[in-house]
Amino acid sequence: MTIRTSRPARAGQYLALLCYLVFLAFPFLWLVSTAFKPPRELGSLHPTWIPQNPTLDNFRQASDEQPLLEAALNSLLAALSAALIAVVIATPMAYVMARHRNKLSAAATGWVVISQAFPFVLVIIPLFLILKNFHLINSLVGLIMVYVVWSLPFALWMLVGYVRAVPPELEEAAAVDGASRLRTLVSVTAPLLAPGIVATALFAFITAWNEFFFALVLLKTPSLQTLPVVLTHFLGAEGVADLGPLAAAAFLATLPSLVVFAVIQKRITGGMMAGAVKA
Amino acid sequence: MTSKTAKARSGRSSSSGVADRGAWFLVLPALIPILILSVGPLLYGTALAFTDAQSGRTTPTQWIGLLNFQDLLHDTLFWDSFRIGLLWAVGVSVPQFLLALGLALLLNQNLRFRWLARALAIIPWAMPEVVVGIMWRLVYHPDAGILNETVRDLGLGDGRDWLTGLATALPAVILVGIWAGMPQTTVALLAGLQNTPHELHEAAALDGAGAWRRFRTVTWPAIKPVALAITALNFIWNFNSFALVYVLTSGGPGGRTRLPMLFAYEQAFRYGQFGYAAAMGCVMVAVISVMLAFYLVGRLKGAEDQ
Repeated sequence: MTIRTSRPARAGQYLALLCYLVFLAFPFLWLVSTAFKPPRELGSLHPTWIPQNPTLDNFRQASDEQPLLEAALNSLLAALSAALIAVVIATPMAYVMARHRNKLSAAATGWVVISQAFPFVLVIIPLFLILKNFHLINSLVGLIMVYVVWSLPFALWMLVGYVRAVPPELEEAAAVDGASRLRTLVSVTAPLLAPGIVATALFAFITAWNEFFFALVLLKTPSLQTLPVVLTHFLGAEGVADLGPLAAAAFLATLPSLVVFAVIQKRITGGMMAGAVKA
Repeated sequence: MTSKTAKARSGRSSSSGVADRGAWFLVLPALIPILILSVGPLLYGTALAFTDAQSGRTTPTQWIGLLNFQDLLHDTLFWDSFRIGLLWAVGVSVPQFLLALGLALLLNQNLRFRWLARALAIIPWAMPEVVVGIMWRLVYHPDAGILNETVRDLGLGDGRDWLTGLATALPAVILVGIWAGMPQTTVALLAGLQNTPHELHEAAALDGAGAWRRFRTVTWPAIKPVALAITALNFIWNFNSFALVYVLTSGGPGGRTRLPMLFAYEQAFRYGQFGYAAAMGCVMVAVISVMLAFYLVGRLKGAEDQ
């Protein structure tokens, strides 16, 4: 930066940054604080930021009240399968979309954009009816299928960007050296794409792990429900929520997403923009 | 629709038939699910809007033409909800854009603690929407919430029950919407800012242009495409949002926060009115598309005039 900023302006900038930091952080800090508070402090009319007698009881009580572990396993199964299937089928398609400029690629790109504007209402009723025909309502398999398709637009978007970043000359050079088409893809292109594919899979994982609407509509049996749906059971009737266990369970449900996201943040923001700039 | 056009194209294209068949082989694993579970349902859903489809009924579903749409026209509850949806979408998207622009400009400066802001910005992005809703319910809680405690500490009265008050419920959920969507918007704008030619900034500064003038003449034109795209997307996403408000208020009090998605969800899965709910979906798509078309065309024209 060669443009000098005056001292008062700098101070103003730091003050503004501080306001943003507080705004972004305080709800989460409050969630964590509530999760470790004993019932007496939660009932107090003067709640404090830092629990005076921090306790782990809320976590124990939360898992007693609702089948959290079971729900977490359902979520994990759904999110892992959806993420894996999504990248396995999206990567070849993204490759074609990035390398071949034909009407199919154009239509696929169009679908990626339009699907962002789908109102879920218009899709969920037919999906419900279609899955019902195949007896896939109230089944994790049906939910996984929905999650796969639902994560495809973003996965394609990201992967097309990553494929474009691999110079075609590398593939041509391999072809000149006598490598077959498949051989080139496996030993030249795939290794270069690997980090992008991993990031995309992890992002698909978070999206599915966090998803609520489809899971709410498609899963009715409590033992099949995913974590976000089970969390809403804590809310119960209006206003009578048991705050401590609610906060504890919500905190636990967030941890996997936060950790995974922290790992891939740079790649995701970079990939999003790469796809956007060159599409 | 894609198979015919692609085949017609391949006849003319220079690529050999073998390579083309290879491309199909690569595309099909993703294309089939997309057609069955995305394109198909969309068409099916649109068709449902013209039927009297209901859940769990034994008599066959019949075509009823525009009857659902005529009913919708007179359904004041739906239009109330539609109006709330627009208020919510604009009320979230506009402040979200302005706040995110401010944050992106700050993060583009050489400030200390930038890393902290970037790290914190992850939180709203990575969190499940349900947890965001639960978290803010704890913040807004009338007794144990930090908001009322702060209000009491500042001597501004006893605080209130934000989410169940008729006047405060919608603003309260809008604030949550802004918080939840800020990171994506900030990241998009920051990427736009980092593509701004730095030499132009320096040249403008040398010519004595102040910060505001530099922003107007150098920065804004550079980030305008990104800004347009992200605001349009935010508007659509917000208009279609469901989980946040479902957890925060379930549409209450008295329907004050009943977004169109919540309304359609109730019609479809509480009352089983599949056809009617599909018609609502169609109206939502149509109105949003028209509004967006006007917004984008207007903005692009504005750009040409300048």
